[in-house]
Amino acid sequence: MIEVKDVHFTYPTAEPEVEALKGISLNIRNGEFVAIMGQNGAGKTTLVKQFNGLLKPTKGEVLVDGVRTRDISIAQLARKVGFVFQNPDHQLFSETVEEEIAFALRNFGFKEATLKRRVTWALNLLDLTEYRQTSPFMLSGGERKRVALASVLAWNPKVVILDEPTIGQDHRQKEILRQFIVQMNAQGKTVVIVTHDVEFVAECSPRVVLMAQGQIVADGDAKRILTNPDIALRASIVPPQITQIFLGLADLGLPTDVIDVSEAKKVLLEYLERR
Amino acid sequence: MSVFEGFRFRHVSSPIHRRDPRVKFLYVLVMFIVAVMFTELPVLLVLFLLQIPFVLVAGVQRQWLRSLRGAMFLVTFLFVFNLIFGYISPGTTPYGMSPLEYAFAMALRFLVLVESFSIFFLTTSPDHLSLALEQSHVPYEFTFAFTTAVRFVPVLAEEAQTIMDAQKARGLELEKGNFMKRIRNYIPILIPLIVSAIRRSLELAEAMESRGWGASKKRTNLYVLKMKEGDFMLILISIILLVTAIYIRYFVHLPTFTMLLPK
Repeated sequence: MIEVKDVHFTYPTAEPEVEALKGISLNIRNGEFVAIMGQNGAGKTTLVKQFNGLLKPTKGEVLVDGVRTRDISIAQLARKVGFVFQNPDHQLFSETVEEEIAFALRNFGFKEATLKRRVTWALNLLDLTEYRQTSPFMLSGGERKRVALASVLAWNPKVVILDEPTIGQDHRQKEILRQFIVQMNAQGKTVVIVTHDVEFVAECSPRVVLMAQGQIVADGDAKRILTNPDIALRASIVPPQITQIFLGLADLGLPTDVIDVSEAKKVLLEYLERR
Repeated sequence: MSVFEGFRFRHVSSPIHRRDPRVKFLYVLVMFIVAVMFTELPVLLVLFLLQIPFVLVAGVQRQWLRSLRGAMFLVTFLFVFNLIFGYISPGTTPYGMSPLEYAFAMALRFLVLVESFSIFFLTTSPDHLSLALEQSHVPYEFTFAFTTAVRFVPVLAEEAQTIMDAQKARGLELEKGNFMKRIRNYIPILIPLIVSAIRRSLELAEAMESRGWGASKKRTNLYVLKMKEGDFMLILISIILLVTAIYIRYFVHLPTFTMLLPK
C-alpha cells in the first residue's frame, strides 16, 4: 500500500539545516496496523507526512498504491490516505458538526445524496449523532477529537493515519479509541498511528516501527520490540509497566516477553500453581 | 511566511545589534521621512544602497535578503498598479518622469522602507525593544502587549502552517477556483487560527496572573539602556542624512532618468 524507498528529507526553512529523515525504507502492506514510535524529534511526524504528500522527499521516493507521491496532488492522495492531526483545534472551523464532517466530502466532490448518507454514517460511527447541529467549538476535548476523526473517516480512505491519538484523552476515551481502531483495522483498513504511548501500543499490539534520529532502529511486532530493553533504550522509550515487572523477575524463570495484563495474569497463575 | 522570517530576531552581537534601540528607531524614522520626501529614482537608489553597509556590519545578509524576497509580491503589485495608473491618467506622475520610471521609483521606495524596518527588527531583540519603550515612559501594559505581539508572530506563522496542512489533508485546494473562491478557500484556515490565537491569549493571561503579573505598581529592570559613543555616532549620521535630504529637496534641482535619456 505504502512503499518508502530510501527517503531522505531536510526541512527547507530549518536553520541550521538538519536532515530529519536519513534514508528510511519501509513497506506498509494493505490492511496492516502499524505504530510508529520514538522520542520527540525522531522524525515520526515528518515520516507520516510523506505518506499523504504534505511533504515530498528530498531524495528517494514514496509510492502510495503504486503511484509516486511526487506525481499527484495532496488532494488526490488525501482521498486514499486520511490524516487525523494531533490537535483537533487545528482543523475545526464550521458552524455545526455536520458541516465540519461534510467539508472534506465537498472538497472531494461527493454528490449531495451520498454526502448526506456519509455524514450520517460517520456521526453514527463515532457516536456523535446527538451533536449533529452543535458547534464543534462547544464540545469537550475528547468529543472534538472524535469529530476530527469522523471528518476524516467520512470519505472512507484506504489508509488512516492518526498523529498522537491518545494525547489529552482520559482512560475511557482511550479505551473507546483503542477498540475503534482495532475494529477498523479488522475490517481491512490500513491504520498507521504515531504515538509515545507505550501502554496504548502494548494493548493494541500492532507492528511497531521504532525511530531514532531520523532512522528506523527496529521494526517488528509489538511483543518483540517493546520487551527488548536494549532496543527501547536506543529509542528512549520505556517498556510497558507490566513488561518491566517481568524483566525484573527474569531470574524466577518467568518469560520476559509479556506485554498485556491478561497474559501476565495467566503466566503468574501458572507459575504459582507449579510451586 | 518568509516575510515573517525576515523580521525574526536572532541572538548575535555586532556593532549594529549593540546600538540603543531608541537610536536605531530614530534612524529608521529618518529613513522613512527621507524616502517619502523623494520620488526621484536616483535618490531612492542611493538610499537603498546606503543601507547595505549596515546589513553587512550586522551580518544579517541572509535573513535580510529573505525579507526583501518576501516583500517582492507587494513590490510587484505597487509597480504594476503605478504603471497602469501612470498610463491611464498621466497627471499623476510628477513632471518630467515617465510612468515607467515613476513605477520603478514607487516600488523602490517601498523596498527602502522594508529594508530599514527589516534592519531594525533583525538587529533589535524584543527585550531591548520593550526596555526602550519603557524608558521612553510608555506604560508597561502597552509595552508588554507590544512585545508579546512581536514575539507571537513566528508562533502564529508556524501554527498557520500546521492548520494549512491539516486542511490540505482534508482535500482543501487553496489555488483552486476563481478569485472570490480563492479568498473563501482561506476561511477554513483563518477560523482555527483566530480561535486558537484567542484561546492562547486567554491562557497566557491566566498564566501571567497566576504568576503575579502587575502585583507591584513600580517595576524595576535588571538592565538599563545607556547611550554609548556608537549611539551618538548613529544619531549624528541620521541627522546629517536628514539635513542633507532637506537641503537637496529645497535647493538642488534633481534631473530624472527620463530627462537624461536622449530624445
